[in-house]
Amino acid sequence: MLSSKASSNCHGQDSLYFLGWQVYEKNPFHEVENPTGIIQMGLAENQLSFDLVESWIRKNPDVMGLKNKDGESVFRDLALFQDYHGMPAFKNELVEYMAKIRGNKVKFDPNNLVLAAGATSANETLIFCLADPGDAILLPTPSYAGFDRDLKWRTGVEIVPIHCSSSNGFRISMFALEEAYERAQKLNLKVKGVLITNPSNPLGTTMTKDELQSLITFAIDKDIHLISDEVFSGTVFDSPCFISIMEAAMDSNLKRNIDVLSRIHIVYSLSKDLGLPGFRVGMIYSNNQTVVSAATKMSSFGLVSSQTQYLLSYMLANKKFTSNYMKRNQKRLKKRKEMLVSGLKKSGINCLKSNAGLFCWVDMRHLLCSNTFEAETDLWKKILCEVGLNISPGSSFHCSQPGWFRVCFANMNQSTLQVALRRIKDFVERSSFNYQQNMGSLSRKLISNWVRKLSSADREEQER
Amino acid sequence: THLSFPLGHDPAPLVVQTRKPVRAAAAAAMRLIVPLQSVVQGRGGLIFGSLIPCALFYFLQLYLKRHRSPKPQSNPPSPTTSSPKLAEMTRTSSRSNLFSRSIGQVRISSRAISIAKPNESPYYIGLDKASEDPYDRLSNPDGVIQLGLSENRLCFDLIEKWMSENLGHSITGRDNGELNINGIATYQPFDGTMELKLAMAGFMSHIMGGAVTFEPSQMVLTAGATPAIETLCFCLADQGNAFLVPTPYYPGFDRDVKFRTGVELIPVHCRSTDNFALSITALDQAFNQTRKHGTKIRGILLSNPANPVGNLLSREMLYAILDFAREKNIHVISDEIFAGSMYGNEEFVSMAEVLDSEGFDKNRVHIVYGLSKDLSLPGFRVGVIYSFNENVLAAARKLTRFSSVSAPTQRLLVSMLSDARFIEEYIKTNKRRLQNMHALFVAGLKGLNIRCADSSAGLYCWADMSKLISSYSEKGELELWDKLLNVGKINVTPGSACHCIEPGWFRCCFTTLAEEDIPVVLERIRKAVENTTDLLNSS
Repeated sequence: MLSSKASSNCHGQDSLYFLGWQVYEKNPFHEVENPTGIIQMGLAENQLSFDLVESWIRKNPDVMGLKNKDGESVFRDLALFQDYHGMPAFKNELVEYMAKIRGNKVKFDPNNLVLAAGATSANETLIFCLADPGDAILLPTPSYAGFDRDLKWRTGVEIVPIHCSSSNGFRISMFALEEAYERAQKLNLKVKGVLITNPSNPLGTTMTKDELQSLITFAIDKDIHLISDEVFSGTVFDSPCFISIMEAAMDSNLKRNIDVLSRIHIVYSLSKDLGLPGFRVGMIYSNNQTVVSAATKMSSFGLVSSQTQYLLSYMLANKKFTSNYMKRNQKRLKKRKEMLVSGLKKSGINCLKSNAGLFCWVDMRHLLCSNTFEAETDLWKKILCEVGLNISPGSSFHCSQPGWFRVCFANMNQSTLQVALRRIKDFVERSSFNYQQNMGSLSRKLISNWVRKLSSADREEQER
Repeated sequence: THLSFPLGHDPAPLVVQTRKPVRAAAAAAMRLIVPLQSVVQGRGGLIFGSLIPCALFYFLQLYLKRHRSPKPQSNPPSPTTSSPKLAEMTRTSSRSNLFSRSIGQVRISSRAISIAKPNESPYYIGLDKASEDPYDRLSNPDGVIQLGLSENRLCFDLIEKWMSENLGHSITGRDNGELNINGIATYQPFDGTMELKLAMAGFMSHIMGGAVTFEPSQMVLTAGATPAIETLCFCLADQGNAFLVPTPYYPGFDRDVKFRTGVELIPVHCRSTDNFALSITALDQAFNQTRKHGTKIRGILLSNPANPVGNLLSREMLYAILDFAREKNIHVISDEIFAGSMYGNEEFVSMAEVLDSEGFDKNRVHIVYGLSKDLSLPGFRVGVIYSFNENVLAAARKLTRFSSVSAPTQRLLVSMLSDARFIEEYIKTNKRRLQNMHALFVAGLKGLNIRCADSSAGLYCWADMSKLISSYSEKGELELWDKLLNVGKINVTPGSACHCIEPGWFRCCFTTLAEEDIPVVLERIRKAVENTTDLLNSS
């Protein structure tokens, strides 16, 4: 009785990424009330800087009361405002904020900005605009587990992965890009675009200008689009500094510019940078007027509440607040990440070197009993149920190599993180002890077998 | 020497002149040039006869490809970028260019191309025009009066008063007097917080006269009724399927149902002779007709109270529809967004109420609601999917991540909807003011000899201006609409935008007006049609 879309599991919600959350929700950690519960390290949320937003709200009761600077109520206008072009004041502030994050090296036009109810909605709308059912989008792996749902489910578009490996730090190589493109051709899928996440989720790394320009050249070559999901652009806490796809595109020679800008699109949201996922504020930025026009009309399906637009336009207009927020937020993220990385190192676990994001891409290959995804799932289960940490296994990010996990650090306080690190240390020590024991017994077995063989050979010779 | 053509064919242009010594060579050359003759002469001609035409055909295709105009589905390329390149290609004619990509801008989806086109429906054109030059009694008395947007501005004063008394602490929450924003900003359940669902269930129940209780666990909250309808379509129908929809219907359904889902809408025409009431016969006819054409019907999309007519579905009609749905094994979507905008004396009966009482199959009924009309908060984006079908709810819950209600708005509404005293007063006052405006407006139109369909709810009336149109056709109707918009400077929605089968009907929303504006509107209508003779007995 239901549509095939509703009854399919193409939404990917059955992956381990989401299963882990379910198990966590049945037994969530709480410092006081449930200290043996599962610690949530699978949710990339930024809770480190709530106090800054809170203090702004406290200092601006009028805005919260939907009053303007003169103390007059603007409620009437807000209540009726459902223009899918979005509130001009809000969009003006957004483009300035976006430019600020990019070191003001690019300028954005608010008329090219389309609002959506979160980056989830923005990504889906953009795919609706760029591809028809049955077309394909190339996506580098490992990639955000939610893309299966956001990009494929209702759009009917396919995802063809670009396999990246640890051999070069999971960077996108031209070889891998071409290989993915050819794979799509063999499957009779028309490739309409490449979607990259920069800074990357789950890697936490930013792309270099060369990498971005190679991607742009590839897109021009194949006559396809390039979508850059830059939701984590404000979480870059270390060098190298963030380079947006727009900045890389500006550098190409002018002759290509007319063509280049019409195929590059940015997706952004306030969920990660400002830590406001509940507000549901996302956006698409594009120089392609047809895309902007179509996306604007589609945004009727996910408009941002006028009340929220009003609130945030004031918050972002306060330049002192945004500068202060960006600086302190990035410092806190850096400190927290270093705490995680050094803590894991003490347990003999390395992380991919990262300079952004709310998580680390952790190398646990040496803890696998075999180099397979079954072993990875076993390890994940053990860590979830025995150790009590919900971390996300690489398979749920479609990583081509087993043994990597994404561990989030920004959605808990310091003491909780320390508890988590201690648990990991204990687990690793336990496992290595068992491993040594096993190895010890195994080597003894091997030696005895070999000795027996030798002795039997000797005897044979003697007998002869 | 003459070359004979035994079959009397016209010779291909021959330039070779044969001479005795090179006769053999010439003959061979001739066989290449005139394949037909070779075939006829039967000397290796068959091979050449087939190869050469193929080769020629192949080169013809290459030539055509090189000079082909850009594909129709790409964006109209700017002439400056495309033409120089084409010219270059004919001159160089290098092989590598022969199969190069199409000239022009990078292709986007066919969906996007059709959506991006400027909207031609008078519904949208009128809305745009009115918003560009909006009427204001004091500052812009010659502006366009907006009667095409069903917004309720009659009770803002009440909500404003509530806001000024309650807003400060309603959003940030009162946790022992401390500000607690923590709950607001984090990820919330995508289908809405339980608090808001509870508050909404209570409000919906109240609106519908307390005759039915709504279960919060069967609710999925969305950013407005628009995504609620789209989400239900994604859940209940596949691409190429269709929904039956009684006409005239809300123009937005064309967008909500068809834009991205690939689902079609099949109109079921209702007529003024029965005051645009839905008939099961018409439903049945439409169902069978559609099935014959090979399209699968997945459900019926109703709006009750109806938009744009404003009439209600009686209890008996609801039973009949449910019987029909059961017989054909299809779903029923009941958009009840105007349930709280009653001004008539009839009693509103929700689908939920009927299901409660009789033994109908609840799994096929889904109700859509929202706060845009009854509580006048379209900007806040709050809609509801209410279903009895667990599978639909499970799918819808996952789909709402694309259209969730913003957290500060959820907080605000929990506070407002839970204020029972305020809600009670609001509903009572709203009804009274609606009744008043409706009576004044309809009486005013009557004075111009324009009668309205019988209606009991909504923010509009369905006016019969068929006597004022030049020709009894859609063209005549649109001419009148244009006159009213550009001469009379009032924006009303013509029936054709609502897919009404009878020309001459117009939807006029009266809740954006103040009482003082009504005479202005009437005067403008009168002026716009004053050349029409039927207005002779206007007061």
